[in-house]
Amino acid sequence: MLGASALLLALALMVVRFLQLSWPVWKAHGLGWIVGTHWAPAEGIFGALPFIVGTVVTSVIALVIGTPIALGTALFVSEIAPAKIRRPISDLIDLLAAVPSVIYGLWGIIVVLPLLQPVEQFLADSLGRFIPIFAGPPSGTSFFAAGVVLAIMIVPTISAVTREVFVTVPQDVREAAFALGATRWEMIRYGVLPPAQAGIVGAVILGLGRALGETVAVLLLIGQIPSISKSIFSGGYSMASVIANEFGQSQEPLHLQALIAIGLVLFVVTVLMNIFARLLVGRAKA
Amino acid sequence: MKGVSARRRATDRTMLTFLVLAVLLALVPLASILVEVILKGIGAIHGLSFFTQPPPGDANASGGGLANAIIGTLTMVALAAVVFIPLGILGAVYLTEFASGNRLSRAVRFFAEVMTGVPSIMVGVFAYSILVVLVFHHFSAIAGAFALGLIMWPIVLRTSEEMLSRVPTSVREASLALGTPKWRTVLKVVLPSAAAGLTTGSMLAVARAAGETAPLLFTALGSQYISFKLAQPMSALPLEIFSGAQSPFPDQIQRAWAGALTLIALVLVLTLVARFVAAKRSV
Repeated sequence: MLGASALLLALALMVVRFLQLSWPVWKAHGLGWIVGTHWAPAEGIFGALPFIVGTVVTSVIALVIGTPIALGTALFVSEIAPAKIRRPISDLIDLLAAVPSVIYGLWGIIVVLPLLQPVEQFLADSLGRFIPIFAGPPSGTSFFAAGVVLAIMIVPTISAVTREVFVTVPQDVREAAFALGATRWEMIRYGVLPPAQAGIVGAVILGLGRALGETVAVLLLIGQIPSISKSIFSGGYSMASVIANEFGQSQEPLHLQALIAIGLVLFVVTVLMNIFARLLVGRAKA
Repeated sequence: MKGVSARRRATDRTMLTFLVLAVLLALVPLASILVEVILKGIGAIHGLSFFTQPPPGDANASGGGLANAIIGTLTMVALAAVVFIPLGILGAVYLTEFASGNRLSRAVRFFAEVMTGVPSIMVGVFAYSILVVLVFHHFSAIAGAFALGLIMWPIVLRTSEEMLSRVPTSVREASLALGTPKWRTVLKVVLPSAAAGLTTGSMLAVARAAGETAPLLFTALGSQYISFKLAQPMSALPLEIFSGAQSPFPDQIQRAWAGALTLIALVLVLTLVARFVAAKRSV
């Protein structure tokens, strides 16, 4: 009894403690500081928008790149792969989830950044002339670099959940599609994907949740600049990473409280998204 | 495929190619991470001293090891496991054996899943706000272990609950029919038959906790000395890798790679053994 309900208590206690510790910030600034664009702890100015923008931008980049890859791997494993290699391939993709995020960060800095440099330069020179979000000059560590590594990190999450959802699509649907003369892709497109839709949305939201909360890998790759810039090739900051980086150094009580307040926003958003996603996935699998 | 128009066939082929490409795009990073960590890690481990020595006082100096971090990770993960694995399994036993199907059990199951999605940095801030702010007034290994335990807890609870619910009802009924009290049935019949599954879930939780960095930043903090004192700051492998990744000194980056190899070996061995146990003796 206790072992079970204590978990609910722990979650509730988290909200209470975060609210309690960050209360002076909410009391002093209301909700307005969330959309403040300027972050200067030394001057007592706390605007959270640069971090919110950074978190959203890196997560969106991660989803744009990661979702097709994750869905592709899940479909390959559940619909295309010969029975013999299904298990090994899904096991290998699951292994991506077992790699600690700090190792993604280290690998990202040393291996991925140099590889991305020419890609960023090319995109900045071509698309960047017309589209401001691709504008150069690329700065090395950037929203884009963090987003690319995040994309790899969320692939196993989205892939594993959608795989489970695809498995629940009845075999009859596939056989019926083939009997009607569908190609394999048409079977997937018209037979498997429609009933799995809610589950896919849920899986993507779970992936998004992981991306929003990811801390050290993003911190190492995002550039740690608390300003809002138009280009995804410039440096920035994210909510989780600013907490990780400034929490230990904060001298002013209000600075610490502002960081916890940012954390509370992040916490509430990810919990709500997880609840919503679990409901969707649960319904899809039922 | 007779009678299928050229356009449909082309679409089919393109999309199937994309699916294969997606698998490659997912596996290439995995291969790259493993190869880099193994090659750079092996190159950076100079003999046994890596496992027995702390890093040199000067981060810029060569030599030394990460014994402080290896001991720290093992200590804190073990401490977290000793407290939170039983807590998770007990919770799961309550859910499946004593409250199955009621509203509380559904809520706990649901929120255990939600809790696995909580950003780990916030678990760290929470542990800080309790053990550092209220109890010790300074950083400690206990606070780090508490944060890691909070991460393991919902994973253990959720997987154990699933494994216990796979034990057939008839097995329980057979035991109860012999006049065995409920608690004895659970202890002697249900738990042993789910043992393999419980082990798997616990090992996966341990693997996950061992790799966490963010929850340790303001709890265990890190330390460059070999320390066994639970009420004092303690290092951990992820913390050392994290500092190494931000370091301008080649020697410290080298030690980070060696630490990464040690950590990934630990995590992957745990994960693979867990899967092996699950595959070998599933209920």
